[in-house]
Amino acid sequence: MSYTAATVQLLSTEGTLVTSDATAEYLPYIEKLTDDQLRDFHRQMVVIRKFDIDAANLQRQGQLAMWIPSLGQEAAQVGSGYAAKPQDHIFPSYREHVIARIRGVDLMRIIEMLRGLSHGGWDPKEHNNFHLYTLVLGSQTLHATGYAMGVLFDGATGTGNPDTDEAVIVYFGDGATSQGDANEALVFAASYQTPQVFFLQNNHWAISVPVTRQSRTPLYLRPGGFGIPGVQIDGNDVLASYAVTSANLDAARSGGGPRFIEALTYRMGAHTTSDDPTKYRDIEELEFWTKADPITRMEKFLRARGEGDAFFAEIEVEANDLAADIRHRTLALGVPDAEKMFNHVYSEPHPLMDAEQAWLENYEQSFEGGAA
Amino acid sequence: MSVENLSMAKALNQGLRQAMLDDPKVLLMGEDIGPLGGVFRVTEGLHAEFGSTRVLDTPLAESGIVGTAIGLAMRGYRPVCEIQFDGFIFPAFDQITTQLAKLTSRHEGSLTMPVVIRVPFGGHIGAVEHHQESPEAYFAHTPGLRVVSPSNAHDGYWMIQEAIKSNDPVIFFEPKSRYWPKGDVDTSASGFPLHATRVVREGTEVTLVGYGPMVAMLLQAAEIAAAEGTSVEVIDLRSISPIDYEPIIASVQKTGRLVVAQEAPGFVSVGSEIAATVTERCFYSLEAPVLRVAGFDTPFPPAKLETVYLPDADRILEAVDRAMAY
Ligand SMILES: Cc1ncc(C[n+]2csc(CCOP(=O)(O)OP(=O)(O)O)c2C)c(N)n1
Ligand SMILES: [Mg+2]
Repeated sequence: MSYTAATVQLLSTEGTLVTSDATAEYLPYIEKLTDDQLRDFHRQMVVIRKFDIDAANLQRQGQLAMWIPSLGQEAAQVGSGYAAKPQDHIFPSYREHVIARIRGVDLMRIIEMLRGLSHGGWDPKEHNNFHLYTLVLGSQTLHATGYAMGVLFDGATGTGNPDTDEAVIVYFGDGATSQGDANEALVFAASYQTPQVFFLQNNHWAISVPVTRQSRTPLYLRPGGFGIPGVQIDGNDVLASYAVTSANLDAARSGGGPRFIEALTYRMGAHTTSDDPTKYRDIEELEFWTKADPITRMEKFLRARGEGDAFFAEIEVEANDLAADIRHRTLALGVPDAEKMFNHVYSEPHPLMDAEQAWLENYEQSFEGGAA
Repeated sequence: MSVENLSMAKALNQGLRQAMLDDPKVLLMGEDIGPLGGVFRVTEGLHAEFGSTRVLDTPLAESGIVGTAIGLAMRGYRPVCEIQFDGFIFPAFDQITTQLAKLTSRHEGSLTMPVVIRVPFGGHIGAVEHHQESPEAYFAHTPGLRVVSPSNAHDGYWMIQEAIKSNDPVIFFEPKSRYWPKGDVDTSASGFPLHATRVVREGTEVTLVGYGPMVAMLLQAAEIAAAEGTSVEVIDLRSISPIDYEPIIASVQKTGRLVVAQEAPGFVSVGSEIAATVTERCFYSLEAPVLRVAGFDTPFPPAKLETVYLPDADRILEAVDRAMAY
């Protein structure tokens, strides 16, 4: 499976802008971008790729329990992540590391999670409305829809002011589209006409199962049956991801109801570091998507606009510095106190928590100064 | 003092109404809870009074109801979900156990989850499959949830308001067989803590513990036992998780005998848990092993067999006799 006639692409694999009837409504979003913004798109993709490769190495060296690579999906994530406005809420799946970074989450929080030190733990309110990762596939689609219902009930959307009207974006994968929750979310979103964008990253695989097992129809057509407009984009095109997500978030925030974007992309690496993709996929597929790489084409685009070697060298340094810093901080991590287990199971006092924590403290103290 | 004689369904209705008046963030969600007022009429009149954004007739999807309630709670609302019948909570089981129960912990305390899930439960209504079950143990077994069940109209009125005030998720089991009997509700009282076990009848020889629909049955058994010369103390648990053990321990230290009763199957149940804890904490006071009276470990049977399946006063008295015989 690859691109179709319906796929919206703004940046060709050659790094040139695609002007056609299909792109006309989206190009104005690109024309408004400053040089700095365009550079940032590229910078984020390069930096996160380096981080991603390095995190996988940390896992192989025994520093992480697992790593979940986003390699290959940078454009889908960076474009849509920048499309979200500050007041918007973002409900990720578990692979959107670069969006976390864009919204101000220290990547160490994700490292800590995959090292086994937390289950996430950041406060979305203090991280520009970037919510926690959700590991039960599809669950977050309903949380996003409920949140968007609340935005609607609060009258915090659809007032005509794009700088304050709120919208919600939720990320999920091609495998997750088969979950009941993802479908129930579409039902609720359509029913209440929530200000929300469903952003599907179709990376063509759910661990070892191809997307063709999940759906006989292209996935962007599925929301149509729910009464939700769907569009398919080249998910390896950061400009398409940015412009189409911006347009759909704007439609949602101005009272247009929910929208659905299918971003065609590819999981270039393993599902996680526990996976072995050589067992189930062909090299030809990988070759096709290597040619469609999101970073290569953006570099061509920027160079054609006059960007020189200095910029590319500079972001290389930034990427290396970040990776080195992450490695350094990972090696310095300790183990959390056992009280962390008990502290926030309930937000109000609970006798079982108190009793079990007291028991554990006693038990541990019984070894201290005991018969050594 | 303002005392009204109400059915529990009406008392719950009044409790919900009061909670909605007290806090504009409280909203109700569920199937058929709007103009119809729910299949048990617990929300009757509330849609007319508060409108469609406070009383939501949702699409017919339980996971969707709980999953979107979670999102609404993240937004600052205090959703109260109605699950139409006990046996239909399972499509929402994933959202309740993997999300609702864990989100506060996953957020390391920065997020609270003030969501109430109301579940009409239990037998004695002669209904078809999936309409008479008692699934409370699944939820009591799940860290992060609070689980309660009122046994009478007065408690229903107050407990639903306390549950809505809780910043933790509460699974609120409403005994269907107790929806219609009337009782005095003191609406001017100041309520009581959500997790406060109550001694409802004092006695000296055997302690009976139960909750929800079983409390009326225990009181009936206690009456018969008294006529036969055995003094029985009855405790209404009210809260299944956490369990307020002190009144139970104090009672068993006095009587030396404990019988725990429930409609739910006995294996790995609330009764098993109480038996284990009381044995551990009252070992030297016990004159007899702790006994359990429960539904059988079978699927809930076709309605014509429900009186065989469900514990009644006679089954409770049989256990009282066994305890007394040690
Ligand atoms: C409900 C549920 N079932 C199974 C899993 C195990 N699992 C984790 S990721 C995954 C594949 C997901 O594929 P997709 O939705 O396409 O997302 P991707 O990993 O490709 O980003 C599976 C089966 C899970 N996390 N949740
Ligand atoms: Mg996938």
